[in-house]
Amino acid sequence: MGLPLSHILMVTGFALVLIGLWGMLTHRNILRIIIGFSLIDTGLHLVMVATGYVTGGTAPIVDKALPAAEATARSVDPIPSALVVTAIVIGFSVTAVMLAFAIRIHDARKTLSIDALTESQW
Amino acid sequence: MTKRVFSLFAVLVFAVIFAGIVGGYSERRTLSPLAQHYLASVPQDLGAANIVTGILITYRGFDTLGEVAVLFMVAAGVGILLDGSPAPERQAREDRAPSELVENGARVILPIIFLFGAYVIMNGHLSAGGGFQGGAVVASGVMLLMLARPGAQLHHGFLSVTESLAGVVYVALGILGLWLADGFLDSHILPKGEFGTLVSAGAIPVISALLGIKVGAELSVVIDRFRR
Repeated sequence: MGLPLSHILMVTGFALVLIGLWGMLTHRNILRIIIGFSLIDTGLHLVMVATGYVTGGTAPIVDKALPAAEATARSVDPIPSALVVTAIVIGFSVTAVMLAFAIRIHDARKTLSIDALTESQW
Repeated sequence: MTKRVFSLFAVLVFAVIFAGIVGGYSERRTLSPLAQHYLASVPQDLGAANIVTGILITYRGFDTLGEVAVLFMVAAGVGILLDGSPAPERQAREDRAPSELVENGARVILPIIFLFGAYVIMNGHLSAGGGFQGGAVVASGVMLLMLARPGAQLHHGFLSVTESLAGVVYVALGILGLWLADGFLDSHILPKGEFGTLVSAGAIPVISALLGIKVGAELSVVIDRFRR
């Protein structure tokens, strides 16, 4: 049978989180830091969806392929999917506000490097 | 250099933690009782074929209302942050005309994108889709419109009125649920209808459409703010 599907998804998600974390820690450009944040965000969404997978399960949509009587037996867990929809919206919101702040910082300092902001570090 | 070593150390620590989580996780074979309850009662009790939509709009409807409020506040916050007078050198910047490909491509696929957005919004209770997803599709169409026609102006007044109206009707439907059904945002205020048809699942398609309008308008405003 090989590697379980949820493990592949989880490893991918966590790898994205690590890439994003590395990007956030090593880059000095605010836009790259925001991209790192988005990678962490996306990776965590993948991990959350992966925890909802049940072996052999299908999408939780009742139709010809999944009669209502079989839904509890053959479907994946719908709760993580519903939570991830919320998480995506919140992630989008945070990213939008961060980008707006980045534009303001660029207006004020003419640079996107966080080295220009050391006096507000602490 | 020490900074890089420290960053590498931090990433490695996280990698070890994640490896522990993945190693200790075994794929689930059964569903939790809550998931089984949702899977059984969304088609039967709510009449919605898409169980995720049923959870989002009815069982966790209050949460979704909060989400929409967050989006509204983001649109307002981005507006406050970016509404100042544009920086002097930005005014001097010459807008580059869009390429012919974008301009003509937009003409062909824009109507299709908006139609697809409306389809995704209205199909949320039947198949994959819903208000948030469809709203995002519509907003991506608006983004293409802005790329293809840099001079095009969005009517902010119209968008905010539409968006506020959708929000007010959404909350009013929720309060109607207190009165006609079992609680706030209960979708039983409309008849369940025939399972699997467009007009079914009580108030879910109506709330879905309102969500789609609201999300589409809000995301379009956010995108437009970034353009300045």
